[in-house]
This record gives sequence, C-alpha cells and structure tokens, in this order.
Amino acid sequence: MATLTYRDALNQALREEMQRDPNVFLMGEEVGVYQGAYKVSRGLLEEFGPRRIVDTPIAELGFAGIGVGAAMAGLRPVIEFMTWNFAVLALDQIVNSAAKILYESGGQVPIPIVFRGPNGAALQLAAQHSQAWESWLSHIPGLKVVAPATPADAKGLLKSAIRDNNPVIVLEGEMLYNIKGEVPEGEHIVPIGQAEVKRPGHDVTFICHSKTVTVALKAAEQLAEREGASAEVLDLRSLRPLDEAAILESVARTNRAVVVEEGWPHCGIGAQVVDVIQRDAFDQLDAPVLRVTQADVPMPYNKQLERLAKPSPERVVAAARRVLYLD
Amino acid sequence: MATATARTANANVTAQTELERRMLRQMLLIRRFEEKAAEAYALGKIGGFCHLYIGQEAVAVGSLAVLRDDDYVISSYRDHGQALARGVPATAVMAELFGKATGCSKGKGGSMHLFDAGRRFLGGHGIVGGHIPLAAGIGFAIRYKGGDQVCMCYFGEAAVNIGAFHEALNMASVYKLPVIFCCENNRYGMGTAFERVAAVTDVVEHACSYDMAAEVVDGMDALAVYAATERAADRARNGGHPTLLEVRTYRYMGHSMSDPLHGVYRTKEEVEEQRKRDPISQLALKLKEAGALDDAALQALDAEARAETDEAARFAEESPDPEPDELTTHVLAD
Repeated sequence: MATLTYRDALNQALREEMQRDPNVFLMGEEVGVYQGAYKVSRGLLEEFGPRRIVDTPIAELGFAGIGVGAAMAGLRPVIEFMTWNFAVLALDQIVNSAAKILYESGGQVPIPIVFRGPNGAALQLAAQHSQAWESWLSHIPGLKVVAPATPADAKGLLKSAIRDNNPVIVLEGEMLYNIKGEVPEGEHIVPIGQAEVKRPGHDVTFICHSKTVTVALKAAEQLAEREGASAEVLDLRSLRPLDEAAILESVARTNRAVVVEEGWPHCGIGAQVVDVIQRDAFDQLDAPVLRVTQADVPMPYNKQLERLAKPSPERVVAAARRVLYLD
Repeated sequence: MATATARTANANVTAQTELERRMLRQMLLIRRFEEKAAEAYALGKIGGFCHLYIGQEAVAVGSLAVLRDDDYVISSYRDHGQALARGVPATAVMAELFGKATGCSKGKGGSMHLFDAGRRFLGGHGIVGGHIPLAAGIGFAIRYKGGDQVCMCYFGEAAVNIGAFHEALNMASVYKLPVIFCCENNRYGMGTAFERVAAVTDVVEHACSYDMAAEVVDGMDALAVYAATERAADRARNGGHPTLLEVRTYRYMGHSMSDPLHGVYRTKEEVEEQRKRDPISQLALKLKEAGALDDAALQALDAEARAETDEAARFAEESPDPEPDELTTHVLAD
C-alpha cells in the first residue's frame, strides 16, 4: 500500500474516476491552469485537457448551476468550490436545484453530481473563511454528505461520491490536505453511510468526523495516559445518511459518549447524534451525552482567541472526565 | 421546369400554411387550457401557486415550433404554455396541476414543476432566475458530447435583475454554449413595473456585456418569434453560440391566480389596449387574409382545443391521488 497525502489521495480518486468514465469532468475556480487552489487537481489538465478540466470565473452560483444542468443532461460533474465558505453563494443551486429536481420531477431526472472542497477553519483566516457547513448541508433531503478524515477514506469516499446517482457533498478538511496515510491502490471504495471505529475502546465513545477525528484520537491518548480510561473513537465519515447502527453499537459498549465537531453548537451535527442516542440507547447511558464544538462565535483572527474557539483534545478530555464522573 | 418550380413553391406555401395553422391550434389549446385551469383553481381543484400564460402564447408556440425532438427545453414557474407547446399531453399537464398520480411529474411537482424527460422538457423551476445556469449546464453537456442540439431557456424580465442571469450568460458566452436565452418580457415582475427596478430597461442591451448575439422580438407575433428563434438555433447549432432574445409580450392575467389582473400597478385600460394585439387573433387574421382559414375553420380549431382541454380536466379529475408511499420515493435515486 502506498503512503499518500490526503490531497494526493483525492487526486488519485479523481484521476481514476475520470479514466473510468468519460462523462466525469471537473469544474471550478483554478482547477486547471493553476493546478488547483489546494493542488487537489494537480496534473489533471495535462492528462484530460480543458474539455474535462474546466476553469471558471469566480461565480459559484453560476458554475454550480452549470454542473447541475450538465447532470440533468447526462454528465457526471465534479464541482470544486475553492472553499465551502464561497459555496454559500451557490446554495440555491445545491438546495433548490440539485437536491429537489429528482423529487419534483417524480423521479424522472436524477442529478449525479459531486460538490467538493475544503470545509472548516484553517489558521487565522478570520470569520468569513473559517466555517464548518456540515449541519447546513446535512439538513437537506435529497443530498448525501460525506466528510473523510484520512487519505484512504478521502479516496474511497470521493470515488463512491462520483459513482453515486445523487448529489453528494464531499467536505474535505483544509488542514487535512497534508496529512499522510496508507491508501490502497486502484479500486478502493468506501461506501457512503458507513462509520468506522478508528480506535477501539470501552469506557467512552468519541463520535467525530473529518478534522475532529485527529482531535479525538489525541484526546483518547491523553485520556489513557492521564486517567487510564479507554476511549473508542468512532469516525462517522458520512453525515447523511448517518450510520445510526454504528453509533448505537459503540454506545452500547461504552455507555458514555462525547460528540466532537468543528461546527457551531446550535443545531449542529452533534445535536442530531444526541437525538439518535437518547431515542434508541437511553437505557444504556450512564451519563448525559456531552458535545464539544466550535465556540458559539464568529471565528476570531487572533491566534490565541482562535485556539480557544476550536475543539481541542483538552476540551474533549475535559468532557470525557465529566461523563466518566472523574471531576 | 417551370411547372416543377411552381409545384415546389406551392408545396412551400402549403407547408408554411400548415405550420401557421398548427401554431394557431397550439395557441388556442394553451388559451383554453389556461382558462380551464383558472376555473379549476377557483373551484379549489388546483392548489398553491398557479401562474397563467394567457397573452404570452405566441412566445412558447413560435419558438418551440423551431426545435427538434432532441433539443432541450427549460422554463421558470410560468411553464404550462411551454410544456403544452413542447407536446406534453394536456391530460398529463392538467393532472399535474390537480396533483394527481397521472401528472407529468406524478403529482409531486405541481404547476411550477412540470417535467417530461422523454420530451426533454426539464422543468418548471420556482426560484426566479435559478434555472438560467441550469440551461447553461445543459448547453455545456451538449457541447461536451459534441451534439448539435440547442437548449431553449425561458424566463421573465424580472429574472434579469438576478445574479444567476449574469453569471450564466457570461459563462455561456465564454464556453460558447448552444443556449437560447428567451426573456419573455411581459413588463411586470409580479406587481412591479420593470422600469421601476431596472437601470437598463431594454433587456437586449445586457447581451453587450457578454458579447452575445441578441435581438428584440415582437412577442405578440408568433411568426416573428419563430423567425428569431430559427436564427438563434442556427447560431447555436453552427458553432454553439448563445443568443439572448428579448421577446416583448404581455400577460393578461395577474402574476399568479391569487393576484389581481390590474389595479395598483397597471390600469384596466392598459390591459385592454394590449388585448387588441392578441397573438391568437393576429395569426388568425393573417391566415384569413391569405385565404387559408375561414370563420368555420377557426371555430373548428377552437372547438378542438376546447374538447382537448375538457378531456384533460376530466382525466385530471378522475385520476387518483399518488399513493401514500409515494411520499418517500424519489428523494434519492438508486
């Protein structure tokens, strides 16, 4: 197995899927000549040419709509947003067109499209460039939403997304592009809708996705070192559909859970996870489920304030101590 | 030789007359269909929003007469006229307005979301201007596959103030997409006169910003619409160049069924004045003057349109509602 960065794993998925299916094309800002704002599309223009690697003006609503229209007429577009912060301008196309056309056409017009790009805060980019959009997007019936945390999952989920006959949102992590991991070569598919235990444990479950998997893994190490407690790290990987069975199975083992996410607390992904747990695992809980989220503020620029705003291993450990009644 | 030429000329005259009669018949169908829809709405058989096309018939009929079966059509929420002119059966359109399982969108779309994928009629879209980028995307797919089809996109003049219009026209021009952007300028976005909210009131001028071919068309004259669409379709098929058509038309009814015909935003006199240029009367008159139609034939065409509409209403009325389990189908594709 090759060791690849998350960025190159995505690149490999795009390359393989474009080789496999001539109807797949990539469109977005700077994807071609510039080789991608985050270099995910590096080398693709050279291999596939400008017909299939399409640079766009800065017009998110317009090119997202072109993608949906192309999908209506039988293509399988991959639309790259330079970041999901800019995709807010395209929400009308994602929500009103991509997610609804199949239903409102009585099943006649499927929309096989991928919308992808980096999501969540990076470093000191301030409020407008540091946002996690998963709860917004996961709210919408008609969409699927995935948020890979590792290079292998990035490749496997992007391939699944491109082959899916529905609109799939792929939330990449801006801070994850450089992380490395082993990635199976060739046909490596991660089915949409399946969570994965990234670290087994028996005292508490950390439920997380995307960048917070790294945060939760660090927290699990710290918890083991400092308290001798064993945390299970459950990576959701897909946020819609949500792997409720995996959540319930893990909580049945540990009887305690902390949900960790980059988004804001109000109506967040964690709220949905807590709903699943309280509904179907109420009697198995030994403590209330706690959530670790971004602080309920626009992201500050100042480095120290930004650090305080983000979910950190320390905050996850503090939550774990509370659900374990160690405080 | 002379005889052969005369015969060809006669054949051309016959074909042209035939086309004009067919267009008249389609306009009558749309007019009678919309009148029936208004009636059914008043009786509570049609719910929600219902935007009628009365007055604008020449636009859909004149332009769609140019298109081939393998071309694409996409529209806004005022879509009954285009769907009928595209050949979606009146029964399926009326059943959709009634929300029935036999509707062209299985009762799940309603008046604003008519679809018929087999006829490449790709909606019926409810957000003003939101479908204009979709049209560019359909054009993109045509070009990507190397086809010579066109995508015909209808929207009202109010959509021109929306960002999506400008983004889509720019990209359609940059990528040379075979799209005909057909702006049906009926002068009012709901109750707001276009000149009150647009700095540039000649829609056609926006084409300059995007280096796009454009023309102003008399939307009350089906033949003028036909001719302009033919020029635009040629441009699209030969090189994939888009065109912006500003088709000046007029809606006789309120914005939707729940809005008044006139009052605060336009006068009764204005509506009556516009009715004098009625597209159906104009084409009928032309055919009569050419000796190709008499009163009896016109009445017969109208009777056919009424019968087709009555049959559509009967079909819609008698059709079943969607089964309850249809609630959760078609959210996702397999």
